[in-house]
Amino acid sequence: MTAGFTIQLRFFASVREQLGCSEQTVTLPPEVVTVGQVRQWLIGRGGVWAVTLAQGRNLRAAYQQEMCDESVEIADGHEVAFFPPVTGG
Amino acid sequence: MKIAIQTADFDVSAELAALRAAHRDIGAIVSFVGTVREANAGSAILHMELEHYPGMTEKSLVYIVQKAEKRWEINDVVVIHRIGVLPVCAQIVLVAVASKHRGTAFEACEFIMDYLKTEAPFWKKEVGEHGAQWVDARSTDLSALDKWE
Repeated sequence: MTAGFTIQLRFFASVREQLGCSEQTVTLPPEVVTVGQVRQWLIGRGGVWAVTLAQGRNLRAAYQQEMCDESVEIADGHEVAFFPPVTGG
Repeated sequence: MKIAIQTADFDVSAELAALRAAHRDIGAIVSFVGTVREANAGSAILHMELEHYPGMTEKSLVYIVQKAEKRWEINDVVVIHRIGVLPVCAQIVLVAVASKHRGTAFEACEFIMDYLKTEAPFWKKEVGEHGAQWVDARSTDLSALDKWE
């Protein structure tokens, strides 16, 4: 079996708290190539991952520290983040 | 352009004085300060905690200011946003825009705040007597962007 991309995951605010995790380096299966597929793959871990990242939840994603759609394609060594809608200011 | 993300408080007067000293050709500075309210949805708040996404936050603020610079003739912008624990009445954010005339500065200041509220990765948590909770994003913040479309 070939390994897929290795990426850096980051989580913020309520997502970080619920997961009990702020960052993690993961090696993805080869078929996981978009931000949305990363989310779905994390949901597949079950438990708190499935609850926190559930598709019904209004979450935002960033790729390489820029807001992105879940259709964005990822590359090896890059950074993907999930968090709730922002509330600064 | 000055962009700063810091735990320390800021001195509005000193920031505006620096803008005046640096630009002899400006005729207007508009500034906005966001502060910590004592209550939200009826329940008392003891303090707020502000989290951000280091690296992305700075990039996002630079991008927002650049967007304003493309739209208006502005001479300089200061954005300071605090993070960490902020008590009631504390200053959270300063946006100051310097330009030749006031109309431009008013509009650009509101534009930058509207985009900061919806695009810059900051999150607020309210800590009250009955526990802590993350602030929900407001749909009115998103619809505020409509006027800039």
